[in-house]
Amino acid sequence: MIRNIKHFIKSFTLFDLLQGLGVTGKYFFKRKITIQYPEQKTPMSPRFRGHHALRRYPNGQERCIACKLCEAVCPALAIDIESEERADGTRRTTKYEIDFFKCIYCGFCEEVCPVDAIVETHIFEYHYEERGGNLISKQELLAFGDKHETEIAKRKAADAPYR
Amino acid sequence: MTFQLFVFYFFSAVTLLSAVAVVTVRNPVFSALFLILAFFSSAATWVLLEAEFLGVVLVLVYVGAVMVLFLFVIMMLDIQIDTLREGFIRYLPVGLIVAIAMAVELILVMKSGVFNRDIPEPAPLSVSNTEALGEILYTEYVFPFEIAAVILVVAIIAAIVLTHRRRTGVKKQDPSKQVRVRSEDRVRLVKMKSEERQ
Amino acid sequence: MDSVATFLNGFLPEGLTTLIVIMIKIVAILLPLILAVAYTTFAERKIIGYMQVRMGPNRVGPKGWLQPIADVVKLMFKEIISPTKASTVVFFIAPMLALAPALAVWSVIPFWDGGVLADVDAGLLLILAVTSLDVFGIILAGWASNSKYAILSSLRVGAQVVSYEIAMGFALVGVLMAAGSMNLSEIVRAQEGGIFSWFAWPLFGLLVVFFIAGVAETNRAPFDVAEGESEIVAGFHVEYSGMAFALFFLAEYASMILVSVLTALLFLGGWLSPFGHALDDVPVLGSVLGDGFHWLFIKSFFFLFCYLWFRATFPRYRYDQIMRLGWKILIPVTLVWIFAEGVAIAFGWKPWL
Repeated sequence: MIRNIKHFIKSFTLFDLLQGLGVTGKYFFKRKITIQYPEQKTPMSPRFRGHHALRRYPNGQERCIACKLCEAVCPALAIDIESEERADGTRRTTKYEIDFFKCIYCGFCEEVCPVDAIVETHIFEYHYEERGGNLISKQELLAFGDKHETEIAKRKAADAPYR
Repeated sequence: MTFQLFVFYFFSAVTLLSAVAVVTVRNPVFSALFLILAFFSSAATWVLLEAEFLGVVLVLVYVGAVMVLFLFVIMMLDIQIDTLREGFIRYLPVGLIVAIAMAVELILVMKSGVFNRDIPEPAPLSVSNTEALGEILYTEYVFPFEIAAVILVVAIIAAIVLTHRRRTGVKKQDPSKQVRVRSEDRVRLVKMKSEERQ
Repeated sequence: MDSVATFLNGFLPEGLTTLIVIMIKIVAILLPLILAVAYTTFAERKIIGYMQVRMGPNRVGPKGWLQPIADVVKLMFKEIISPTKASTVVFFIAPMLALAPALAVWSVIPFWDGGVLADVDAGLLLILAVTSLDVFGIILAGWASNSKYAILSSLRVGAQVVSYEIAMGFALVGVLMAAGSMNLSEIVRAQEGGIFSWFAWPLFGLLVVFFIAGVAETNRAPFDVAEGESEIVAGFHVEYSGMAFALFFLAEYASMILVSVLTALLFLGGWLSPFGHALDDVPVLGSVLGDGFHWLFIKSFFFLFCYLWFRATFPRYRYDQIMRLGWKILIPVTLVWIFAEGVAIAFGWKPWL
């Protein structure tokens, strides 16, 4: 009986609704957690897996030996490699293509590479302006690696103790 | 021609034309719309006659409520006009007789000179229309007014009683029952000691 | 205004002058209103964003202040598509039918003492009548779209609006009983004398009912079954795009502002200062804290904020719950309140007069 009366009063004074309004009203003044993206960025792990790059040795020789382990391990079948034997007897790639639409950025290729040639960099803000731009050729990958070599090396070094 | 006269003729013309359109237009939704237009323009003529209360109430009651329900029903019933119009010609003789009778009556009334009165002076503007109407309704005509109110209430109740039936076997929710539910009735919070690991 | 009239009278016939003066007044009311509508949409996104711990739009222009302008430009350049099997005439008339009443009501709203386009005696009744026309635009839009979602939505709206109009009308009856007039300026003047003579105190229940009915009347959350994006996509305006859609938007927000302003006028003393005339003699404070449009603005802003606050807080009512609330709770509450008020007036207990 008393409970019924209490419930009646509670529902007629819109108690529950006011309580709800109180919650949203409180959040109105809370500090906003939005990250203003282009100006602010969240901290990024050195292990971040973004755009791929092919690295070179310090003497300028490309690292990739066309072992095709990455092609084999790639779960999305995004990597396509063709190779040849060069005049100096080394095996090198003639074609190293990654389809970025297929790639799921799992990082297996980097994991499996015996010579640390293919790596995933910290860069994730990229786009294609033409159809087919998602197929990244060997030249582009090498150029990308050359461009960001210092940064890549720094991040790989930072992550090395945990591997 | 003064501006007032122009407005009067304009709204009367709209009223008449839309009233004609109500019966001639094929699509029932369009006839309902023309009916709304007719109501609206006759409300405008009333306002022109300084009977703004009546005009506003006409809009409020007929256009705002009755016609909404009308449109509602028309929209929900998918009326097939062709089948409705099939037997129209059969009713032509009866319709003609009624029409002629009505026309004769109208002409007789017009000729009798009932309408040939002088235009009454409009009431002084000191008292607002609404107030004057209210005053009269609640003093001179209070009993007819109350009786009309009672009849309307009876009609409402009758309409509800006639259409309200309890169907069995319907899995309908009752919102008032749902609202009355409290967490204590359904949930039991039990305090327990954490158990020993096996 | 009078000087404009005398200036025009010099070379124009009198009828034309009055027409031009009225036109100028209409523009003077509608332009700020439409601007207010634009910034209400901005405020809505900002406020709801803040309540959800995010920032809301802040990219277009400084702090996002040009966002509504960008929205309008976008909507203007969008193509208006009408469905093949739609009833074309009604399809294009419907948005106008929705917008026209929403704008027409503003003719009787007083913004300050004497600041009103048409000081009609039966102003309150006129508002009720014209707002009741709002629903036609929605119903016809639903029907003309020839879409199942749209017609479902328009059926819901029709029933909902007609039901809540009754509760709203009863709440207004309470106000006009207390004020003894249906003229809005008179109603505000009846609340003269500081915060404690506002109708909000003796008629608090009616204030709550009026505002709830107003929210339902404008089909806003939590009564927005007309839109019901989870079950009927977007309701009556699924088939509309571009400016035709924008007109519905404009109508909805204009009615929202209208309900807020009305609540402020009827229950919170409109342009009257909460301090009454106590501070009139103080030099600067007197004009700031005295009666004026700014008080109406602040009061109606509060209610408009409540609209957005509700939308950020409450989940949508189920349809049968809406009907139950309207018929079985709001109407009885208003009836009891009006009865009590009538008894109080008959015995001369009018604490607010």
